[in-house]
Amino acid sequence: MNILDTIKIALQSLVTNKVRSLLTMLGVIIGVASVILLVSIGNGLRASITDQFEDLGANTILVAPGDLFGEDGGFPAEDQQVAALTNNKLRMTHVREVQKVKEFVKAVAPIAISPVEAGYQGETQKTSVLGTTFEYGDLTNSNPNGIGRFFTRAEDEKGERVVVMGFKINEKLFGSVDPVGKSIKINNQTFQVIGVVPEKGNSFGGPSFDTYMYIPMESYFRLFDTKQILRMSVQVKSPEMIKPAITAVNDRLLRVLDDKDFSVFDQKDILKIIDTILSALTAGLGGIAAISLLVGGIGIMNIMLVSVTERTREIGLRKALGATPKVIMTQFLIESVALSVVGGLIGVAIATGASLAISSFIPAKVSLDAIALAFSVSVAVGVVFGVYPARRAANLSPIEALRYE
Amino acid sequence: MILLQLVKVHKHYHLGDDVIRAANGINFKVSAGEFISIMGPSGSGKSTFLHLASLLENPTSGKVFLKGVDVTDYNEVELAKIRNEEIGFIFQQFNLLPKITAWENVALPLVYKGVDKKHRYSTAKAMLELVGLGDRMENARSQLSGGQQQKVAIARALVNNPAIIFADEPTGNLDSKSGEQIMELLVSLNRQGRTIVMVTHEHDIAKYAGRNIILKDGVITKDVSKKTKRPAK
Repeated sequence: MNILDTIKIALQSLVTNKVRSLLTMLGVIIGVASVILLVSIGNGLRASITDQFEDLGANTILVAPGDLFGEDGGFPAEDQQVAALTNNKLRMTHVREVQKVKEFVKAVAPIAISPVEAGYQGETQKTSVLGTTFEYGDLTNSNPNGIGRFFTRAEDEKGERVVVMGFKINEKLFGSVDPVGKSIKINNQTFQVIGVVPEKGNSFGGPSFDTYMYIPMESYFRLFDTKQILRMSVQVKSPEMIKPAITAVNDRLLRVLDDKDFSVFDQKDILKIIDTILSALTAGLGGIAAISLLVGGIGIMNIMLVSVTERTREIGLRKALGATPKVIMTQFLIESVALSVVGGLIGVAIATGASLAISSFIPAKVSLDAIALAFSVSVAVGVVFGVYPARRAANLSPIEALRYE
Repeated sequence: MILLQLVKVHKHYHLGDDVIRAANGINFKVSAGEFISIMGPSGSGKSTFLHLASLLENPTSGKVFLKGVDVTDYNEVELAKIRNEEIGFIFQQFNLLPKITAWENVALPLVYKGVDKKHRYSTAKAMLELVGLGDRMENARSQLSGGQQQKVAIARALVNNPAIIFADEPTGNLDSKSGEQIMELLVSLNRQGRTIVMVTHEHDIAKYAGRNIILKDGVITKDVSKKTKRPAK
C-alpha cells in the first residue's frame, strides 16, 4: 500500500477530532515552547553579561587581594573570600609596582569601594563611593560625556574633594538640576561635583556602576582612614598581550607580596566561571521544561490508546479488507507523530514570538540549536509514545475487533 | 472447480478450565458459482465456521485449501493479502467508515492493494453502478439508508473481484423490504457467477440460497442442495 495513502488516512482521523487533536498537542506545544524559551533566556543572559564585561573595558586584567581562584580554578569557599578582604594586603605601592611592567601595561587604576551616605540640601541617599585614580575614566569608558569631566591627575595626587557622580545616584540626588559645581556631603565631608558618568545599565548579580560616586584615591584614603584598595584594573596594550601581561604582573607582584595575598586574572577567567554557572542553570531549566515535553508525550500516548479502543471496529474492518499489521501500525504511528510534529512546530513558533516579545525586558536569544533540539525531541516523543498504542492496534485480532461493540 | 475446502477442521477455545469446541471436525467444500446458506442455533459454531472459511483466523487443527493451495499455516501478512484479493466481506452492521464518501468506502480494499487513486475511483464507480447506487458516489454513511449502506458494502465486497463473498447475517439489521432487495441483489450477483457463502438464522433468507447447511455443536449435520437452484419468486 502507498505510504501517501496511509498518511492521508492518518491525517483524516486527526482532522475529524479537531478539538481533541489540538488539546493533545497542547502538551507538546507547551513543552517545546518552554524548552526553547528558557534556553533562549539563558543564552541571552550569557550574551548580555559578556557584552557588559566588554563594556567595562577590553584589554583589561584585574588584580585582586587573596587567592581568588583557589587550587582547583573555581571560586574559593566563602570564609576564604572574607579572609581575603579583611586581610587585604593590596596598597598603592603595589599599583606602582604594576605600573612598572611597562612592556605590557598601559594604565593601572586602583579601585576601592565603601558604602556611604550622600547628602544634598539636607536630603541623604545611601550609596557607595568608589575611590580610584584619574586613569579610571579612560580605562573603563567612564568619562563624563557632556556633563562635566572626570578628575585630573593633579586633583588625584592632591586628594582634592571632588566627586564624579554615577548616572542613577545623580538622578536621585539632583533630579533635573545641573549638578556640576554643586557641593554635596559624603559622610559629612563636603565634596564638589565635577561631572556625571553616562548610564552603564545593570550589571548582572552585582550593584550597578550607575549608583557609584567616584572620588580620587587619596581623598578616599582620607575619608575612610585606610590604605587598602579593593582591586586594580590593569589596561594592557593589546588583546594579544593579555596572557603574557598576567604572567608579568604576577611575577612583579611576587617580589613584594605573598602568592596567597593576590590574584591576577582577566575577564575571560571570570566569564568562564559565570558561563559555567549559567550553562548549568540553563541546562537545569531546560531539563525541567523537558519534563513537560515528556508529560505531553504521555498525553499523546493516552489519547492514542483511547483512539485505538474507540476505533477497534474500524481496525477490524481494515484488517478484514486486507490491511496488514504493519499498515495499521504505520497509520497509528503517523497519527501520533503528526500530533507531536505539528505541536512541536506550533511550540517553536510560540517560543520565537515570545522571545521577541520579552526581548525588551529580558535578554532572550533564540538559538537554532535549542529549536532543533526541542523539535527533534518532540518528534522522538511522538514516535516513542506512539509505538505502544500503534502496536496494540496492529496486533488486534480482526475477529475480536469486528465483534467489538 | 473447488474454490475452498475445509478438511477435518477443528477450532477450540479455552474459556477458563473449559474447552469450547466451536468447530469440531468440519469437512466442507465450496464450488465456483454456489450460493450457500449456513444455519444453526446460536452457539452452533456459525460464526467460527465463517471466520475459519473466510481466513479471518487459523484453525486449531485440520487443513484449509483455497483454490487448491494449502493456506492453513499462512501468517497474518499472507492472510491479509488473500483476504484482500480473494475474499469479499458483507457484515450485519455494514461496517462503512463514517467520515469518508461511499466511493471511498467501496475503494478501501483497493487502497490496501496499492491501486492508484484514479483507478480506485473508476472501479468504485463501476461497482456502485452495479449495485444501483451510481448517483450516491459522494454521499457519506450518514446520508444513506440502511439498505443503501448494505449495497455500498456489497459493492466494496465486489471491488477486488474476489473468489468468494462471505455474508454474515446481511439482512439482520434491515427491515424486511430492504432485506428482500439485498437478497435479490445477492441472487442476481450469484446468477452472474459470483460464489456466495452466507450465515443466517432466518429460514426465509436461507431459502434464497441453492445449498443449505445446518451446523450443530461445531459439526455439519445437514447439507442439502436444491434441484431447482433458485426459489421461484
